[in-house]
Amino acid sequence: MAASTSMLTSSSFTFPSQGLRLPTRTHPCMKPQKRFVRKDASNVITATYDLKPPPYPLNALEPHMSRETLEYHWGKHHRTYVENLNKQIVGTDLEGLSLEDIIIVAYNKGDILPAFNNAAQAWNHDFFWESMKPGGGGKPSGDLLDLIERDFGSFERFTEEFRSAAATQFGSGWAWLAYKANRLGVENAVNPWPSENDKKLVIVKSPNAVNPLVWDYFPLLTIDVWEHAYYLDFQNQRADYISMFMEKLVSWEAVNARLEKAKAEAAEREMEEERRKNEEEWKPTDDDDDDDEGLEMYVDSEDDSEAE
Amino acid sequence: MAFRSLATRKTLSLGLNSTRLTQSRALQTFSLPDLPYDYGALEPAISGEIMQLHHQKHHQTYITNYNKALEQLHEAIQKGDSSTVVKLQTAIKFNGGGHINHSIFWNNLAPIHEGGGEPPKGSLGWAIDTNFGSLESLIQKISAEGAALQGSGWVWLGLDKELKKLVIETTANQDPLVTKGPHLVPLLGIDVWEHAYYLQYKNVRPDYLKNIWKVINWKYASGVYEKESA
Repeated sequence: MAASTSMLTSSSFTFPSQGLRLPTRTHPCMKPQKRFVRKDASNVITATYDLKPPPYPLNALEPHMSRETLEYHWGKHHRTYVENLNKQIVGTDLEGLSLEDIIIVAYNKGDILPAFNNAAQAWNHDFFWESMKPGGGGKPSGDLLDLIERDFGSFERFTEEFRSAAATQFGSGWAWLAYKANRLGVENAVNPWPSENDKKLVIVKSPNAVNPLVWDYFPLLTIDVWEHAYYLDFQNQRADYISMFMEKLVSWEAVNARLEKAKAEAAEREMEEERRKNEEEWKPTDDDDDDDEGLEMYVDSEDDSEAE
Repeated sequence: MAFRSLATRKTLSLGLNSTRLTQSRALQTFSLPDLPYDYGALEPAISGEIMQLHHQKHHQTYITNYNKALEQLHEAIQKGDSSTVVKLQTAIKFNGGGHINHSIFWNNLAPIHEGGGEPPKGSLGWAIDTNFGSLESLIQKISAEGAALQGSGWVWLGLDKELKKLVIETTANQDPLVTKGPHLVPLLGIDVWEHAYYLQYKNVRPDYLKNIWKVINWKYASGVYEKESA
């Protein structure tokens, strides 16, 4: 399958820092770096993915999402996914791949391989922290709002659908707003009537670690509905957690930036496909030319009917 | 002859009635079973706060939604609305499964002073030794399976009635054990949804799985085992 080269490095989304800089914070412009480090005396070189901190201090989302929740959710759950991923891929083919590539490879078209869970959850949580900001909520504007109104009817209807998806994801999982570019699920299939309207916003929900990257969508916004995301603050009241998230935490700036990036990448991908298709059409076929040249060596060149 | 015609009339009228009865048979709905112990009785293995939330909120919600789905199903069946009948299956599986599983779970637990944690004797104890070598080995395997389960679900000790042996199984979300095999009977289930332990153990599910054995009610599991393997 055509590798989507660094399709969504959402974790590289630059975000104005808010409040105190944490000592372990990496520069916002850098993707999670693969670092090759020598581990103690055993001379084992390991590739490592970093645990990126959220783009705000752990108490910055209070009183809506408590510092305690961030300390456990980021400091324990997210950290464990990253650490276990690093341990898991040592010495395997996955070592050295980008996180997004590991996710696609390990998803294995649904026949999930062991590294998928940790890789996808590492990515999902990065994406989740960046989907929120202190003083978030409210309404989007501009192109994003236009698209939302086009594809959902109104911002209110969008909110309703998103909340419903989040509330009805049974068990652990995530709800997403994603940008679905004009792609068919079958290789070599061509949409006979491609149009701008085929590129649209969709709301999807996914179980456990699954995310829309595996469906070739561009994720724009997510809410974590694993119980650990809300249990300390809301106990069983998932609906209240979802409301709080929508009203107080969603970073529409982040969503907007991701949408712009998605649109650009979708367009780039289309151009790339066009170009490749054109190349194939104009590629000299190996049927006659060589033979003719070979033949011409042996026949009189008086015959110039061949217009090359 | 009189008797026969009486019988015929009775059968006839019964026949008519039974058609009506089928259509308007009262729907059985469910209610939250009481816990056989106080919320705080399983401490320190499981906190009273968790037990109360787990019982009064989570289990109750499954029951409420199960009843709602059953009512909708009942209506759809009466109307012959197949679309709705099929559409409701997910809700019934989630919520009905939640009710089934939690009802078993409350019986799987007992305060220490009422036998919680006491190793199984009798035929179940013997079967465990035969199937797994020892109780410790069984406990270690169940705990490992429970810890490794991704997302939400349950870990079970079950009896395979057909093969006549004990099995360890996991199910996702609220799937009852029977979804893993029609001949499987649950003896012991441990809820590994985060709501079952988070307030007390946070992300450290293995600690929850280590401590819960102190309050496991082997007497109940033994009783089910004896009954089902008779």
